[in-house]
Amino acid sequence: MPFIPHTETEITQMLNTIGADSIDDLFDEIPVHLRAAVMDAIPTGMNEMEIARLMKQRAELNTKALCFLGAGSYQHHIPSAVWEITTRGEFYSAYTPYQAEASQGTLQLTYEFQSMMTALTAMDVSNASMYDGASSLAEAILMAVRANRKSKSRKILIPTTVNPVYRQTAHTIVKGQQVELVDVPYDKASGTVNLEQIKQQADGDITAIVLQQPNFFGCLEAVDEITDWAHENNILVIAVVNPLVMSVINPPGEWGAEANKGADIACGDGQPLGAPMSAGGPYYGLLCCKQAYVRQMPGRIVGRTVDLDGKEGFVLTLQAREQHIRRSKATSNICTNQGLVVTASTIHMSIMGAKGLENTAAACFANNNKLVEKLTAIDGVNKCFSGSHFHETVLVFDEKSGQSAATVLAALMDKGILGGFNLSQDYPELGNAILVCTTEMRNDDDIEAYAKAMKEVLTSAVKNETLAETA
Amino acid sequence: MLIFEHSSEGRNGAPQSPVEKASLSALPENLLRKTQAALPEVSELQAVRHFTRLSQKNFSIDTEFYPLGSCTMKYNPRACNSLAMLPGFLNAHPLTPDEQNQGFLACMHDLQSMLCEATGMAAFSLAPMAGAQGEFAGVAMIDAYHKSRGDDQRKEILVPDAAHGTNPATAVMCGFSVKEIPTLDNGDVDLDALKQAVGPQTAGLMLTNPSTLGVFERNIEAIAKVIHEAGGLLYYDGANLNAILGKIRPGDMGFDVIHSNLHKTFSTPHGGGGPGSGAVGVAERLKPFLPLPVVTKENENYRYLTAQDCPESIGRLSAFMGNPGVLLRAYIYMRFLGREGMVRVAEFATLNANYMMAEAKTRGFTLAIDSRRASHEFIITLKNEARDYHVSAMDFAKRLLDLGYHAPTTYFPLLVPECLLIEPTESEAKEALDGFMDALEQIKKEAKETPELLHAAPQTLPVKRLDEVRAAKQLDLAYKG
Repeated sequence: MPFIPHTETEITQMLNTIGADSIDDLFDEIPVHLRAAVMDAIPTGMNEMEIARLMKQRAELNTKALCFLGAGSYQHHIPSAVWEITTRGEFYSAYTPYQAEASQGTLQLTYEFQSMMTALTAMDVSNASMYDGASSLAEAILMAVRANRKSKSRKILIPTTVNPVYRQTAHTIVKGQQVELVDVPYDKASGTVNLEQIKQQADGDITAIVLQQPNFFGCLEAVDEITDWAHENNILVIAVVNPLVMSVINPPGEWGAEANKGADIACGDGQPLGAPMSAGGPYYGLLCCKQAYVRQMPGRIVGRTVDLDGKEGFVLTLQAREQHIRRSKATSNICTNQGLVVTASTIHMSIMGAKGLENTAAACFANNNKLVEKLTAIDGVNKCFSGSHFHETVLVFDEKSGQSAATVLAALMDKGILGGFNLSQDYPELGNAILVCTTEMRNDDDIEAYAKAMKEVLTSAVKNETLAETA
Repeated sequence: MLIFEHSSEGRNGAPQSPVEKASLSALPENLLRKTQAALPEVSELQAVRHFTRLSQKNFSIDTEFYPLGSCTMKYNPRACNSLAMLPGFLNAHPLTPDEQNQGFLACMHDLQSMLCEATGMAAFSLAPMAGAQGEFAGVAMIDAYHKSRGDDQRKEILVPDAAHGTNPATAVMCGFSVKEIPTLDNGDVDLDALKQAVGPQTAGLMLTNPSTLGVFERNIEAIAKVIHEAGGLLYYDGANLNAILGKIRPGDMGFDVIHSNLHKTFSTPHGGGGPGSGAVGVAERLKPFLPLPVVTKENENYRYLTAQDCPESIGRLSAFMGNPGVLLRAYIYMRFLGREGMVRVAEFATLNANYMMAEAKTRGFTLAIDSRRASHEFIITLKNEARDYHVSAMDFAKRLLDLGYHAPTTYFPLLVPECLLIEPTESEAKEALDGFMDALEQIKKEAKETPELLHAAPQTLPVKRLDEVRAAKQLDLAYKG
């Protein structure tokens, strides 16, 4: 029997010990008329050979196109050692470190993870992770509402340059707690929010403002100026960051003037640090904060301590915040973290080092510049925003191209290019705009291939149109 | 030793990134990072050795019997891992057009259908990323259902006092107040108290069945009737679905909405505390409210349903599709089992638990609930040992670690003093169960004769008992050099 080791002899012995005639007798407290029938809609079992064949067939159906798509999930190189070690049974098949002495591996690793996250973000404290970037933003918002005791409004400013699916997720999760999320429009020229627009929305008491860096368009926000203004007005700053990019960009703990430096809470998705794109997960959400807010932090936190002999060791700490102790008064209902992905990410950061991450991030940036230069050289393709961008850029197809974003992307797909994210649904005001992304994995040949494909797509479109007009 | 303490400035032996750093001079100076992040500088070998050694400091299913009650620590088949990590799945961008993502979507659609059949629900969403998020989705759907009918007065969620802490915490997160319902000594919900508690304010009842006390709720039909007649909905916490898989389905018991912990029942790895999956299933009337995304099949093609398709959905819970890698592992596991294997899960999990319970009784332990069948888990209370020998359930747990067994869940459920909640799962052989019971019996003997052995345990692990008070008072949450 699959994964069941019992022999007939053992079954008989065990039933004798219990004093039951059959296994079915063990279910005699369940009303007979409620018993399940045979579950016809579930196929019969398979062996490993058969399942391997099925899964390989299914995996083959997925595209192998060259990926220039980002928008919250990025194709980065992951050292082979990362998942080899992560999937060792001792990490893979362990659970939450409830018995600390028997879980020092996971606990120490988590402490090291927290240390690396605080180093990258320049924040004081990190927890052991949340589910993903979007849900960590939701928890960061709830945390800000608890932490900003001087504010009573439960009103949060969210620029529309924050990833739309993050905003949607935050809305789902916070709406039960009377938290109001107020959109702040962005500046059409720069693709970033400016202080004047924020001030227009900041009518009265505001609890917190969310700032994504780089923002969803890949543009860099004026975080220093906005952070200073927020702090002057008793508004907490919630940073949403890409942790890989933080290796080279001013991290949230350093935002604003020295006097009241730093975002108050930083969150984001850890996927760029060792998690494959994997159709959307599992990734993990990072969540960091200033020391003063540590008791408002949701989720697990590991602390370093000593054992009876004074030897260094690690435990789950500040558990009085959590649901298994506080029940209805907990900071969140969260129970688990994304332990295994955090394991991978910690190994990833150790192998890469700060230098490796910097070089990776810089290559993403350089490649994006190369790509944008090549694509905007094509007639009909233009850069949408004037400001600085990191490794994602918004491109817009003008009338000369005669194309909708959707048709261009579909035509590129036919040529084996996953050309970017179609922005026309979330940002119709941008026209036929797409968000293109490059990581360090796209080399010059890849970029050349994209440019060539784009040229062909747009030229043939113009040709078809001309033909149509002529006809 | 921390990985940071292996670090030496300037060391980096890993050929894992571009050798030269490209120029960032096109970016404004004030936006650039000023000081390098203090990450460890180690060679690849140093990192590999450090983390391999750390792994060896863990107990895990692959290395020890792990009867952690309520967590279903069953074998995680290796093929589920290797096949979920095929390049076609790992390299799939979540925003790939559906037509180019058919292999993955087919697996997800099949998984939804199999979960519907296994639980008796009308539809499933795989979006929630953990049990607690599944609970959130479930309770948010209950809220959305009542509000869609203009029934705005239902502000209270009922939760038995034996429930997991996530239940009341979730209800509060969704904006409800919580009322606890007492449990009888025999483990069933106090039906009279429930009847007293329900009213026009009742939004629903969250119930785990079998309960956290390790027994099947015999009055489930009566409970469903009381809740439904009061206009409330019945929520099934799937924490203990392993006990009844293929034997009785939550949908047939009258539940309106459920979450299933795929990392328990369907054997995806616990990974040191996640990622999990808390897929949610609903009866027909709650279908419009399911969280997105959901996969549908139209003319032999699969696609994600969007907010346009499902205007009444409670919305998104994550940026993309929950935890797809976890969902794939659950899917592969279910295909291994097939319909005949599902029933066997419940049968042998229950056989193992009842066998251990019978052995515990023979060996002189006190059961929390005597004279009833165990489900897939059961509870020993050590209150007599605590009274007679001044040893605690925690001492027993720590001594078990010395003897090479992961401890059962301790001090949960909160209703039973000095308790061990023991869940062997179906994948353990009789030999492992006997070994564990021998160890438990030995510790009981030691408690009487040499209690200092228990107090001082563990002695054979990387560390002795840790100072948790110091950890909470002198907070050291990150290495600062």
